[in-house]
Amino acid sequence: MPTTDGELSPLDLPGIERAVTQALDDIAAATTLDELKEVRIAHTSERSALALANRAIGALPREDKAQAGKNLGPARGRINQALARRKDELEEERDQRVIAEEAVDVTVPTDRVVAGARHPLELMQERVADFFVAMGWEIAEGPELEAEWFNFDALNIAVDHPSRQMQDSFYVAPPLGQTDSNLVLRTQTSSVQVRELLTRDLPLYIACPGKVFRSDELDATHSPVFHQVEGLAVDRGLTMAHLKGVLDHFAKALFGDQAKTRLRPSFFPFTEPSAEMDLWFPHKKGGPGWIEWGGCGMVNPNVLRSAGIDPDEYTGFAFGMGIERSVMLRHSIADMRDMVEGDVRFARQFGMEI
Amino acid sequence: MPFVIRDWLAEHVVVRPDETTEQLAAALVRMGLEEEAIHRASVTGPVVVGRVLSREPEPQKNGKTINWCQVDVGSHNDLDDAGQPTVARGIVCGAHNFVEGDWVVVSLPGAVLPGGFAIAARKTYGHVSDGMICSAKELGLGEDQDGIIVLHRGDDPTEPDFAVGDDALELLGLNTETLEINVTPDRGYCFSVRGVAREYSHATGGDFTDPGLAANLSGRLPEPTADGFAVQVADSAPIHGVAGCDRFVTRIVRGVNPKAPTPRWMARRLEQAGMRSISIAVDVTNYVMLDLGQPLHAYDLAQVSAPIVVRRARAGETLTTLDDVERRLDTQDLLITDSPDGGEGSRVLGLAGVMGGASSEVTDATVDVLVEAAHFDSITVARTARRHKLPSEAAKRFERGVDPQLPPVAAQRVVDLLVEFAGGTADNAVSDLNNVPEPSAIDLPLGEPARLVGVDYTREQIVSVLEQIGCQVAPAADNADMLEVLPPSWRPDLTGAAELVEEIARIIGYDQIVPVLPTAPAGRGLTRAQQLRRSVARTLAEHGLVETLTYPFVASDVNDVLDIPADDPRRGVVVLRNPLGDDRPGLRTSILATLLDATARNLARGATDVAVFESGLVFRSGDHTLSAPALPGGTRPNDDELAALAAAIPDQPRFVAGVLVGNIWPTGWWGNGRVADYTDAIELARTVARRVGSEATVTATERAPWHPGRCAAIAIDSAWEDGQSVVIGHAGELHPKVLERLGLPARAVAFEIDFDALLEHSADEPVQADPVSTFPVTKEDLAFVVDESVTAAALAAAIEVGGGDLVESVRLFDIYRGEAIGNGKKSLAFALRLRAVDRTLTAEDAVHVREGAIRAAETLGAALRA
Repeated sequence: MPTTDGELSPLDLPGIERAVTQALDDIAAATTLDELKEVRIAHTSERSALALANRAIGALPREDKAQAGKNLGPARGRINQALARRKDELEEERDQRVIAEEAVDVTVPTDRVVAGARHPLELMQERVADFFVAMGWEIAEGPELEAEWFNFDALNIAVDHPSRQMQDSFYVAPPLGQTDSNLVLRTQTSSVQVRELLTRDLPLYIACPGKVFRSDELDATHSPVFHQVEGLAVDRGLTMAHLKGVLDHFAKALFGDQAKTRLRPSFFPFTEPSAEMDLWFPHKKGGPGWIEWGGCGMVNPNVLRSAGIDPDEYTGFAFGMGIERSVMLRHSIADMRDMVEGDVRFARQFGMEI
Repeated sequence: MPFVIRDWLAEHVVVRPDETTEQLAAALVRMGLEEEAIHRASVTGPVVVGRVLSREPEPQKNGKTINWCQVDVGSHNDLDDAGQPTVARGIVCGAHNFVEGDWVVVSLPGAVLPGGFAIAARKTYGHVSDGMICSAKELGLGEDQDGIIVLHRGDDPTEPDFAVGDDALELLGLNTETLEINVTPDRGYCFSVRGVAREYSHATGGDFTDPGLAANLSGRLPEPTADGFAVQVADSAPIHGVAGCDRFVTRIVRGVNPKAPTPRWMARRLEQAGMRSISIAVDVTNYVMLDLGQPLHAYDLAQVSAPIVVRRARAGETLTTLDDVERRLDTQDLLITDSPDGGEGSRVLGLAGVMGGASSEVTDATVDVLVEAAHFDSITVARTARRHKLPSEAAKRFERGVDPQLPPVAAQRVVDLLVEFAGGTADNAVSDLNNVPEPSAIDLPLGEPARLVGVDYTREQIVSVLEQIGCQVAPAADNADMLEVLPPSWRPDLTGAAELVEEIARIIGYDQIVPVLPTAPAGRGLTRAQQLRRSVARTLAEHGLVETLTYPFVASDVNDVLDIPADDPRRGVVVLRNPLGDDRPGLRTSILATLLDATARNLARGATDVAVFESGLVFRSGDHTLSAPALPGGTRPNDDELAALAAAIPDQPRFVAGVLVGNIWPTGWWGNGRVADYTDAIELARTVARRVGSEATVTATERAPWHPGRCAAIAIDSAWEDGQSVVIGHAGELHPKVLERLGLPARAVAFEIDFDALLEHSADEPVQADPVSTFPVTKEDLAFVVDESVTAAALAAAIEVGGGDLVESVRLFDIYRGEAIGNGKKSLAFALRLRAVDRTLTAEDAVHVREGAIRAAETLGAALRA
């Protein structure tokens, strides 16, 4: 029984069906969440036809109430379900669109903060130190400006020894009124040997990386300031076999499993027997081959005596090699000057590790 | 260093047939004679013997006179009408030291001389020059500029041992490869063919005949005679107690033809060994020196008055040496003198073992030759050679040690050669002053080689090697496991068991050593300083700075450039006696002194933004003596001596410094970059301190080379000096004047930290943790207006203290200056976070903190900003 003022009667089943159909059509036609919101208000708010009809149930005669409830409940339920479904769909569409719209060019430069770099010569010294520390050795250091006694005499290089002329050294000017300072910029990290032998307990296994100085003009293969690492072991029962064992192990650690070393007779005042050490370098330009890597030998008994150690009880071995040479070999650096002129472009190639 | 000439070597040792120069070098390398270089033939093509048939001088307009020569080059001549090569070649030559009839060296078209100089027939001075007459220099034989090589004089009555057209490359030894070796200072005897031949024999097993032993001379060595040339050694000042001369042999050869040609083979060998052929007498002494290693001297007997006296120089004496330089002698110089007019030792003939004098040298008029073969103390010779900068061939050998038993043998060789090639007669008079000390035997325990080398050599191996190198080996009388070893006279380096062990190891071969990795006792890892140094370097690099290593050498005016005050420790520059260049004689007293140069270099090479750091030692003389005692090696110095060494050596603390110019953050698509300013420098310094575990405090200060209004002192609370704040570095903007002097852009900033002081004063203790409160935070903002002179740090500290224990943090978030608050004022706004460990804060708590903070701020003259 339709009402005259156009209100939907709870008992008007075809009218209810029309209202539901209209609502479902509107829901389907909504293309945005905002439109859907309007549709929702139009068909489910307090003032919507179905809501008003629902409210009108209360005024119906008792016998009609049940029928009215059956008419309206499922109808409103269908609309709410359709609304929820459509809302999910539209939200999904919106999310998709937003994600798509928010896409960026991830290849734009991102270096708002530029990283610096470590110097490869320092990194190599650290790498070398780590190698020795892993064997239980300790890292010793000493002054770069030394008394000649530590740099020469204690190492069995007497004043008139030809090898004191072999290396051109930087000497410190004497104080006023004196003829000699007897101070020198150390020419080899071996100077640390004696300091350590004087102060540490035996047995002693140390490596000493650091700067050394010779008065060579800078060119592609020479620098007046460069770096060495010195190894020294003093213990009972050490022989050249142990020296060779350490050198081979060290070569492999720095240059890979194929690396090995070879000893050639040579002369150093602070070792006896002495040897030049060649490195088998698989990546040598023009094919694998031997290259000079450093010097080594058994600690000269006179050096042990300089530190108050009995050479009949203890023996030791020592070796030294150039850090620059090792870095140049490992990283195919042709010109020493690239490493020492302080141009940041050089170090930047290496970053934080070598 | 010495040259190894194969056919010469083969006179003393059996050389492997068909051995390449590389194999020869490898054999010697195994014995410790390093390969210096292999010199390959640098001349190719037709270079032949020619004879000058005619020489027409032709003066030129340019003032020069050239010679138009016809040179007979035998089968290389131009063809005649019958097609036979009989027509001499026409060659233009600019040198004048030859005449018609002389034999010369001609390079023909097609030859290539050193430096890629190709010879071709060419038109010059109005002739077609069909080849070139060569000088020694042009053939790469030396720097002799005196003109072309005359192989044989035309007026020489003797027949040359070559003919025109012969291959001159072979004649001059230019077609051979020559090995140059390096000899280590302990192996002086290898400065001779004798020594190298012995080493070669050790390497290859080839039979060796020692030419330095009297037994191997062709004749018998004569005994000294009563009428031998008188010689005295009067050494008043031996160095280290060793007499300057312990052996002096003289021989006399009379009736020598001073113009006798040096045999071609001898001249060739001298040239191959890098020496020049001069005259027969000089060539023979040089030849025997190269062969045996004994430096020799030939005097004109007529110019020497007996006795010869070997003595030290007297103050004020001078000598003009063979190189025509007048030298002021030192009282340590050992001299050869003679005794004219009865004045014993009154006339200086030469510097013993280094160089002779001009007055008594053999000349082309010398017919009677006095030969000297002596043995001089190596240290005496070394000092004289160094003092007078005369590294002569003789000095090189004496300072490395010469065989003291060699002089009579070498003198005999000289005599024999002068008799054979210069027509002389050996005089019967022989003198041999011999004070050579008896050598002493070395005790070698049989187990010593194994103890040092790690190879179990047999007794037979040990004895065999020692005998091969010339030792006399005998078992010790009372000990079956001990050898008594008498080293040979030519091995003064063999002074102890370790040296003998090296001989055994090297001759049996270092390749016999089987590597064993030793097991070191457990170590303690890197020290704290070593770990933290790495950590700091890594941090600075991660903050955008590039690690740089600079040379520590600085200019004399570096401290003036940097405005360092007179009483600053950085003025204590240690100066080098022999710097690389006079422009940088000092050692740096700060890292900035050299790092600023590196910054400038990077800018000069096109960089616009530079951020660099360096960690390194600086040198400060402080109150050190800079004069260390000279102490001997081989014994441990006593404690006083060690203290004196320590007192002499300057302080060398480690500093770390950084310099920033331009952007620290780059400009990009995101907008403008950020220019590094004083706050970056300060924060980097604080970051370094933080890495070491210390929270640094910052106060304003004035210090060169920084801008006095923009410099911060960076301090930490000393971990062990209670309540003491220690300044460990400085940071800020550099002084505009300093930047201008260094050519650096304005506003560059820098920091420098005394890393040793930082480590020393920072705690090496574990951090003691505070509990983490789970109660909510209360936030409170406070803005104060203060005078410009009140620092942000002071105000923040006041707020923190005044606010009390509930204040978790205080952070400056805004600085404002403007009309609204008046001139000379600034507004500083702080965000406070308040929290208790045991409860949620109430509104009253917040008010209480706020009031406390305001009261504290007011003591600095701050007014709360409404």
